[in-house]
Amino acid sequence: MTAMTLDPRQLGTGGLFAAGRPDLAAHEAAYGRRPSGWTRKELLAELDASGLTGRGGAGFPAWRKLAATGSGRAVVIANGAEGEPASRKDATLLREAPHLVLDGLVTVGEAVGASTLFLYATRDSLASVAQALAERRDRPKVKLVEAPEAFISGEASAVVNALETGVALPRDKALRLGTSGYEGRPTLLHNVETLAHLALVARFGASWFRSAGTAEDPGTRLYSLSGDVPTEWVVEAPGGATVRDVLRLGHAEPSSLAAVLVGGFHGAWVPAEAFDLPLTGRGLARYGATPGAGVLMGLARGRCGLESSAGIVRYLAESSARQCGPCMFGLPAMASVIERIAAGERTPWLASEAERLAGLVTGRGACRHPDGSAKFVHSTLAVFRDEVQAHLSGMCTAHRGWA
Amino acid sequence: MSRRQLELHIDFARCDGRGLCTELLPELLVRDDWGYPVGRGGRDVHVPERLSDAAQDAVDLCPLQALMLRRVTRA
Ligand code: SF4
Ligand code: SF4
Repeated sequence: MTAMTLDPRQLGTGGLFAAGRPDLAAHEAAYGRRPSGWTRKELLAELDASGLTGRGGAGFPAWRKLAATGSGRAVVIANGAEGEPASRKDATLLREAPHLVLDGLVTVGEAVGASTLFLYATRDSLASVAQALAERRDRPKVKLVEAPEAFISGEASAVVNALETGVALPRDKALRLGTSGYEGRPTLLHNVETLAHLALVARFGASWFRSAGTAEDPGTRLYSLSGDVPTEWVVEAPGGATVRDVLRLGHAEPSSLAAVLVGGFHGAWVPAEAFDLPLTGRGLARYGATPGAGVLMGLARGRCGLESSAGIVRYLAESSARQCGPCMFGLPAMASVIERIAAGERTPWLASEAERLAGLVTGRGACRHPDGSAKFVHSTLAVFRDEVQAHLSGMCTAHRGWA
Repeated sequence: MSRRQLELHIDFARCDGRGLCTELLPELLVRDDWGYPVGRGGRDVHVPERLSDAAQDAVDLCPLQALMLRRVTRA
């Protein structure tokens, strides 16, 4: 896995990997020292002007989370648990640019007067962070907490649960994180990539951040490229880049692909004819796709989209934490129906049954896992509509007809 | 314009789907394929005022304290 960056001139200082090495000397040579002394009000205004949004999936404006964080013994959490098998960007960032993430964490920590800073990530990532922490002059007290390698371990309430009890299971979010999160304290949780961008906004300012990307999607984003591509890459691209741009950047030939899964397993398929659309919520609205946590998974021409999708829905079903009935029973039921379609069962109502189950589980879990899984199923049925019809009449273009 | 309304929140991580609430609140909740309550709105079901007492009964009688009644402001 290598990190690649688009033309540095498009990335202001050269982007998140400009240091080239993970050590403090390289980090400061590339970006200078971390500016300290940001107040909450100033940082909030700068983040608002920058347009920085969360890079963990939901994509909320970064300033809004800061505004929603109550005062008092606040807690800041850097979330580097990707969970998703196709996501590598957070691990790559923590390995190659840990100081940028720590700068962001310490900066917001100062701004909200946090008494505790956490960094939550998988074991391998924590090793590079521990090494970086040992080098730092500002000696920030950051508690490192290991995240299990599980799909839902990065969900916000699962993170808080893991920090409190050691169990990374989501819980019902009747309470708000900003005012009553970790041990009932005001809690600010950011994805590690968001914090790395925030560190640069704090150094160089909002207009510098906006010198890359577009008005709608300013700055840069990390994408994890996987699936039917020659190599798995993590690439950094300016906001507003198209699917085709990012594929090319990762040396994947767009014409070899039939579709790309955008945003990960809770994301949506984008077919080849839409590769020239920008990777933004608005650009991909027709497909219900958003860049999410930056996952792009390619599906080669000639491969059966339903077979790939069935594998993903089964994975999602198996990732249920089995706490909530509709998730525990509904997701496996949904997976079975998609598998039956993929296998070529000639039962005309299977597609509407998959839609019904997806509708039935939506909004009915303690976390958004059923919603995300249902969204993926809706997307599969819509983007591969022709394939679904073919399968239901006993034909698969990839497997050249069972008919 | 925003409106205050009554909402029944279902904590699906607690609920075991035995369906007592669906018997107490048939106007609002039906059972899904596996016995768990389904209402319009997923885990936050709008409760009209005339059903507020019945909803409160469901909250009080749910053996697993999986239900919560609250007033929310909706845009
Ligand atoms: S919705 Fe599913 S994944 Fe989320 S807490 Fe409930 S059982 Fe676990
Ligand atoms: S009464 Fe409580 S535990 Fe029983 S189905 Fe309703 S919410 Fe679930």
